[in-house]
Amino acid sequence: MRVIWTPEHQEQIARHSEAGYPNEICGFLLGTQTTDAKTVLEVVPAENSWAAPEEHHRRFQIAPDVFLREERRAREAGWTILGFYHSHPNHPARPSETDREAAWPGYSYLIQAVQHGRAAEIHSWQLRNDRSGYDEEEIITRSLA
Amino acid sequence: MANRVTVLVPTALRQFANNQETVSYDGDTVGAILNSLTTEYGELRQHLYRENGQLRNFVNIYLNDEDIRYLEKANTPVADGDTVTIVPAIAGGTATEEPITFSSEEIGRYSRHLIMPEVTIEGQKKLKAARVLMIGAGGLGAPMGLYLAAAGIGHLGIVDSDLVDDSNLQRQVTYTTADIGVPKLTATKRRLSGLNPHIEITTHEMRLTSENALELFKDYDIIADGTDNFPTRYLVNDACVLLGKPNVYASIFRFEGQVSIFGAADGPCYRCLYPEPPPPGLVPSCAEGGVLGVLPGIVGALQAAEVIKLALGIGEPLIGRLLRFDALKMQFREYKLRRDPDCPVCGPNPTITGLIDYDEFCGITLTPEVNLKAQQEITPVELKQNLDAGERIVIVDVREPHEWAISKIENADVRFIPLGDLPARMHELNTADEIVMQCRSGVRSAKGLAILQEAGFRKLKNLTGGILAWSDTVDSTVAKY
Repeated sequence: MRVIWTPEHQEQIARHSEAGYPNEICGFLLGTQTTDAKTVLEVVPAENSWAAPEEHHRRFQIAPDVFLREERRAREAGWTILGFYHSHPNHPARPSETDREAAWPGYSYLIQAVQHGRAAEIHSWQLRNDRSGYDEEEIITRSLA
Repeated sequence: MANRVTVLVPTALRQFANNQETVSYDGDTVGAILNSLTTEYGELRQHLYRENGQLRNFVNIYLNDEDIRYLEKANTPVADGDTVTIVPAIAGGTATEEPITFSSEEIGRYSRHLIMPEVTIEGQKKLKAARVLMIGAGGLGAPMGLYLAAAGIGHLGIVDSDLVDDSNLQRQVTYTTADIGVPKLTATKRRLSGLNPHIEITTHEMRLTSENALELFKDYDIIADGTDNFPTRYLVNDACVLLGKPNVYASIFRFEGQVSIFGAADGPCYRCLYPEPPPPGLVPSCAEGGVLGVLPGIVGALQAAEVIKLALGIGEPLIGRLLRFDALKMQFREYKLRRDPDCPVCGPNPTITGLIDYDEFCGITLTPEVNLKAQQEITPVELKQNLDAGERIVIVDVREPHEWAISKIENADVRFIPLGDLPARMHELNTADEIVMQCRSGVRSAKGLAILQEAGFRKLKNLTGGILAWSDTVDSTVAKY
């Protein structure tokens, strides 16, 4: 699966991640999907609703009612929820064990590394259907014609 | 009459439900409905339930607009026309699967840190979790490595490709006389793991290049540049800026040292300070200009202090400040550094967005600058014939020590004098001898020939193609590199 988006989407996530540093930030990727590509049409920041604020530097959660709202909004636009993004402050852009426990197949999980306050590498991952691990997805950044 | 309930399946799970967005079942409770769903679509079960049959923590089930957790959970009754929605909770976070703990031996070892309110056990955990990459195991790397290992930096990486040379021992205090000729990283790892067996030390025995730097740096949080040449400094700087990692920088020369932190968020980078390298040869290296042996001990320890502060997140790091130390005056001075808005790598409109050829950028050409006359060249085959004929020939190998360790010309009178040392050591050679200059490919040896010629040597020849050609045409057992 490939994830296609614009430089503006990438920039939006980088800025959101830096603004939230040293905490983790999160959000949705909405758009359309074919059998081999996901096209991002909107990046939607979401509040980190993890219950313990003192753990926000290493945990994030998107509240279910926010999820319901965004899924409804996507459906009405003829889109779908393609996946989610979150930041890893001072950690590599690889899924952690915490991520795997909570992950769902089918969605893209974009991880933006933030090293000492500055957005670093970004990678996209998809959970295998048997939950045994992740496959990395190619991210294609291109401007809309 | 049974209640007909619609189940809304989230996008991610539709592939396990025949790609349907909604399915309908008859039942009396939410639990019964879900049971029918996962009976018909067995693959869904592992994503909704744990092995013990409990709903996964990250699955929320809504009946209409209410979370069943706040109703009667699985026993929540349903009415005809109700909608059950599976809502995946989206959560995660950075890896903390192995909480950082300390053995009683470590507690004792770090006790002078643990009793400081600025550090405590929480700070010591940060040091243990830190991943620091040292570039170079030389004068600066020696004290820095010792103090970082002693402080309990949990993951220490070191890049170097040199062998320990006797001229290192005047300042590189990690090495002993017995280490001469041993790869620096072998000796360093032995010394540091002897000092602190509780840390992980990774040795990267390689030359840092534009090809490997990004891949190598990405697994570390802090980079500490202790190198002594301009191409590597610009390479480390650019790689750190591109990856968003702080570069704790230090340099030394004769009696003076400098320390700063480049590439930190909102801080300047090395190019903001020095947009262009000096012309080649203008600023001598320590090998050429010398260095007071104790100087790197002081400056490398300052560098270690900055790394430790960054890892702990305390104090005022040297971001936007350059600290200069003069050992003769015994004086520290501080200079403010600003981010250059036109910086080609860390400015808002960067023109450098990937690593470049740093030898070329610093004006170091690999093409011969010396044009030798044809009669000053000798091919490997001719040299072999002359040696076999019993001619007295002195071969001067001007390569670096780590290169000699890889391969050399055997069964001949070979003198090893690295090109940089040649001006100071030419007295070891005799102008009466027939001298053949040799290096890897013939370029450096041609420069060496010019140096000796300038000094009055006349019986000089350059081995065409160097040891590479020797391996190709005379002795294939000589390794090429």
